[in-house]
Amino acid sequence: MAALFKARKALRLCLSGCRSLSQLAELPETHQILRQTCRDFADRELTPIAAKLDKEHAYPAKQVQELGVMGVMAMEVPEELGGAGMDYLAYSLAVEEISRGCASTGVVVSVNNSLYIGPILKFGTDEQKQQWIQPFTTGEKVGCFALSEPGNGSDAGAASTTARQEGDEWVLNGTKAWITNSWDASATVVFATTDKKLKHKGISAFLIPMPHPGLSLGKKEDKLGIRASSTANIILEDCRIPLGNMLGPRGAGFKIAMQTLDSGRIGIAAQALGIAQASLDCAADYAHKRTAFGAPIGKLQAIQFKLADMAVAIESARLLTWKAAMLRDSKKPFSKEAAMAKLAASEAATFCSHQAIQVLGGMGYVTDMPAERHYRDARITEIYEGTSEIQRLVIAGQLLKEYQL
Amino acid sequence: MSGRVLVGVKRVIDYAVKIRVKPDNSGVVTDGVKHSMNPFCEIAVEEAVKLKEKKLIKEVVAVSCGPQQSQETIRTALAMGADRGIHVEVTGKDYENLGPLQVSKILAALAKKEDAQLVILGKQAIDDDCNQTGQMTAALLDWPQGTFASEVALEADKIKVVREIDGGLETIKVNTPAVLTADLRLNTPRYATLPNIMKAKKKKIANVKPADLGVDLTSRLEVLRVEEPPQRQAGVKVETVDDLVGKLKEAGRI
Repeated sequence: MAALFKARKALRLCLSGCRSLSQLAELPETHQILRQTCRDFADRELTPIAAKLDKEHAYPAKQVQELGVMGVMAMEVPEELGGAGMDYLAYSLAVEEISRGCASTGVVVSVNNSLYIGPILKFGTDEQKQQWIQPFTTGEKVGCFALSEPGNGSDAGAASTTARQEGDEWVLNGTKAWITNSWDASATVVFATTDKKLKHKGISAFLIPMPHPGLSLGKKEDKLGIRASSTANIILEDCRIPLGNMLGPRGAGFKIAMQTLDSGRIGIAAQALGIAQASLDCAADYAHKRTAFGAPIGKLQAIQFKLADMAVAIESARLLTWKAAMLRDSKKPFSKEAAMAKLAASEAATFCSHQAIQVLGGMGYVTDMPAERHYRDARITEIYEGTSEIQRLVIAGQLLKEYQL
Repeated sequence: MSGRVLVGVKRVIDYAVKIRVKPDNSGVVTDGVKHSMNPFCEIAVEEAVKLKEKKLIKEVVAVSCGPQQSQETIRTALAMGADRGIHVEVTGKDYENLGPLQVSKILAALAKKEDAQLVILGKQAIDDDCNQTGQMTAALLDWPQGTFASEVALEADKIKVVREIDGGLETIKVNTPAVLTADLRLNTPRYATLPNIMKAKKKKIANVKPADLGVDLTSRLEVLRVEEPPQRQAGVKVETVDDLVGKLKEAGRI
């Protein structure tokens, strides 16, 4: 019996290794169906309303619920907890296709999956998983992730939000900034320092339901892009939560945040890919239809070179994203690849959306065409969940280790 | 009653694709072109799955006739909730010449073989727009048919079907077993949920050849030529109603 199990395990490991290389060339059938399903959903339910959502800064509640029913809001979560039980490669495909339709919806999906559910799934107790994950799989409730503060974004270790123990409660004080989903969330993962002297090793993670006494929201930021997703400060004033609301061990907060962001990067890379792809689609379609100098502009080399450069940028970033996802799925180290993917994809998004406007000319500058919205949506991908500068630091750090410098 | 429903699903060029005619006018370009399940077949699958969820029928079997790629279409039906699939392998010239007559013979044979209580099809396919397969299948089986269904209700031993006809809506009752064809407003097909996409992997798709069913695939039709529709001509503005009537008479329209 034991020998049978060992043989099966060996076979599975071997197959998964073989599969991962060919997966880069052609996705497995389930993933193809998943990708097509998400694409159909995006084409039919998101693309037609994306401009309106952007204009009205309107949270896509109905669409998020429908995505919940499909299982997209909790893709990695096991079925027993109400999730889809799929892998990160599937997740990156889903986020890309959703973002291609509407980048704001894409970030709502990504934050809920990677930044809110992610750390609870990895570091939470069984009880915490039941309480804080299960209700957030259906699309009715979404969560958010509160790490950044007005005083520190990239410098996450300098958290000034405090948590002190008072009897059987934690009392939190401080302000968190730039929190995606804040106005639409029903819970948040918050990072606060329990021991300022220990610097980043004194930070711990906490779970707070929303709304909650002592927790209030700042004004909704009026952003350049991804306007259908809400971004605001979270203000904690003597916010009291039970001791059981600490996530993971005391002092492990920084580690939890960094590991969570590693995975979150794959989600944001996927979102950036969606925006980039939508830009390329828009530009290619226009190049086919717009005539100038007696022929469709797609016949001109200048335009063709732009489209080719866009396609190369997207495909290379996509392969990096898939590789990072597959490494994570095989439980191998993936920080470097995830940072590379996020860096490449976000720069591809800004490049492609910029070039798409150029291809569209004057039409690219007006709201009649989606190119301007892609341009505005793309910009944030180089900033949140780790700026491009931070990504370069992460990559260099790993690289230097490899070269033993 | 077996409680088994056969649903036909056809792999067609995706509705959003710009169709191009082959340079030799023998057909349309299909190589490398995106294909998906015929939208009316999606509605048929959805109806069958809904009947199963209401526990009015026991098993949904998705059938597709075509080359290897038709299996993808069957898998999509499985992901939507069908229980198993049957892939009737038709390739090459046979596939090029496959039409409603051949498909209805196959479906009739399968309906008998699988002891189906109901056959649900899309009212027509968006590539050939024939709107014949459902009707032919019913005739071959000598079963009643409820076509252009916008509402289906299973009663004790009959099925109430509301049909969309030119004059409005017609309600009929048919005995079972029967053939139904789905019209646009019958339902809104669901998006496959991710758990169901995973489960679909494990569901069985049986492989069958038309010869095994005793079906002769010879076509009675020959495609002579396929052309683009004529380019739309510019219109003409007229000054008065008399001018308009004059022009219409000239063109032989009135």
